[in-house]
Amino acid sequence: MNQALEIAKAVRAGERLASEVLEEHLDRIAAADGALHCFLEVSQDQARAQAARIDAAVVAGEDPGPLAGVPVALKDNFCTKGVPTTCASRILRGWVPPYDATVVGRLRAAGAVMVGKTNMDEFAMGSSTEHSAEGPTRNPYDTDRVPGGSSGGSAAAVAARLAPLALGSDTGGSIRQPAALCGVVGVKPTYGLVSRYGLVAFASSLDQIGPFATSVRDAAATLEVIAGADPADSTCLERQAPSLVAVVDQGVQGMRVGLAKELIDGASPEVRKAVEAAADALASAGAVVEEVSVEACRWGLSAYYLIAPAEASSNLARYDGVRYGLRMPAADVEAMNTATRSAGFGDEVKRRIMLGTFALSAGYYDAYYGQAQRVRTLVLEAFAAAYGSFDVLLGATAPATAFQLGAKMADPMQMYLSDVFTIPSNLAGHPAMSVPWGVGADGLPIGVQVLAPALGEEAMFRVAAAIEEASPPLAAPELVPSEVPHGR
Amino acid sequence: MIGPVPDAISRDDVIHVARLARLSLTDQEVDRFTRHLGDILTHASDVASLDLAGVTPTAHPLPLVNVLRPDVVVPSLDRQEVLAAAPAVEDERFMVPRILGEQA
Repeated sequence: MNQALEIAKAVRAGERLASEVLEEHLDRIAAADGALHCFLEVSQDQARAQAARIDAAVVAGEDPGPLAGVPVALKDNFCTKGVPTTCASRILRGWVPPYDATVVGRLRAAGAVMVGKTNMDEFAMGSSTEHSAEGPTRNPYDTDRVPGGSSGGSAAAVAARLAPLALGSDTGGSIRQPAALCGVVGVKPTYGLVSRYGLVAFASSLDQIGPFATSVRDAAATLEVIAGADPADSTCLERQAPSLVAVVDQGVQGMRVGLAKELIDGASPEVRKAVEAAADALASAGAVVEEVSVEACRWGLSAYYLIAPAEASSNLARYDGVRYGLRMPAADVEAMNTATRSAGFGDEVKRRIMLGTFALSAGYYDAYYGQAQRVRTLVLEAFAAAYGSFDVLLGATAPATAFQLGAKMADPMQMYLSDVFTIPSNLAGHPAMSVPWGVGADGLPIGVQVLAPALGEEAMFRVAAAIEEASPPLAAPELVPSEVPHGR
Repeated sequence: MIGPVPDAISRDDVIHVARLARLSLTDQEVDRFTRHLGDILTHASDVASLDLAGVTPTAHPLPLVNVLRPDVVVPSLDRQEVLAAAPAVEDERFMVPRILGEQA
């Protein structure tokens, strides 16, 4: 069911009030979020004002837009004017941005109602949302499990129906991996399709913003709203948003689908089976499915964990206690910088800053960062070769279903392996999305990943819609009411 | 050119990069980070040891070019709003402790 588009349709037609839709969702947040901890901030006052504006517009005979009255949750690394933006870090606790990210303005202009800011791994560095300074988010399907990460709060909020839509950011899989673990649709668009203005930077050549939704069509509608050129982001492509909702039902007859060996090898048997079942379904729907090897993807993980920390070590230099955020008292400015950063950053952020600083340092630059950049070229060439024969590629999103809280916290390398199938698309700047395909033996959701070449969103969404159509049913999670009310 | 790949990162290396990154670490943290960074760099040795002579490095997925806007004045952020977020302010400026080496 297209929850978001059905709400928008009813609100635009005057059949439902945006204010009623909002209160229903605020009630759900109050009832369930004490147990799940999806939200760091519930912005009910701003949300009520926006919903009232939507309702007034409908009464006045105006069209409030394609997402009229749809509640949307935003990862806490999007700048929101007047609403705290912390990146789940002590160093930004309480910071209130003086401006909105471009995507925030576009959602509002489309009639969406921002309900709050969601939990994440600190500065988007992590795969479980456990590296949040505010404590972890829990998987709505099993609260002893992680929701994935780093956009775990957004994924869990949509899975638990606390909001029909959410936005996240994806640097190495941070939208797709939690979408897979929480049983929702998650999209990483082509690099440059969506403006990053107002997204707190992690690794600027890899970061991209994208939607979470409970259906492929809702995700398509959201991407149409947020995509498109923006003079405030010089890496944003000079092109109009693609038409995606119009194409999702076109089917896959004659499309060429490559089952990517390197994006399945190493997955658990049940995840592999899910990807193969999705491939069979596409073949039954008329696609031509063949196996393909994209060998350079094998080195993607290593290259990523040199490139992303290198860029992060530079981007996070701005947290120096001078202009915003935490400042620890000290006698001189360098001691203040050091004391502030040491107290303000968590372990994972420190680890990546040091790893990046090391990879860029004299004597190691060429062996690590330089080599990683050359591997990035190999990944691009391998994809280019594959897309010579195929319209899209198919693989697993995550190697397995959601793991137990705490299971990978002591061993960073094990945590990083969660991203092994999602990273190559970031290195290439290509679009990719995760679509749910039933559950594993433990009852937890499995995600199938559809990858496409740069600006191949139309083909990607068509294939995703066909997978969704054929997928085994996935029931919404049963929510455990919170003992401690939250957010109201 | 492919340099020799170090087996792992040393304690002294970790102390050095922490200083460059303006992070102070306890002895226990130095031990822990040395182990973790060593694990990651050992995993990355598959990349470091590849023979990629002649492969052009890719820094960015897009062919980046300068993007220019018309040279006209547009509104910028409100000064008071920006300064309100600062830890310390004096005379409409960010205030910091003394700079190293300067007379107090």
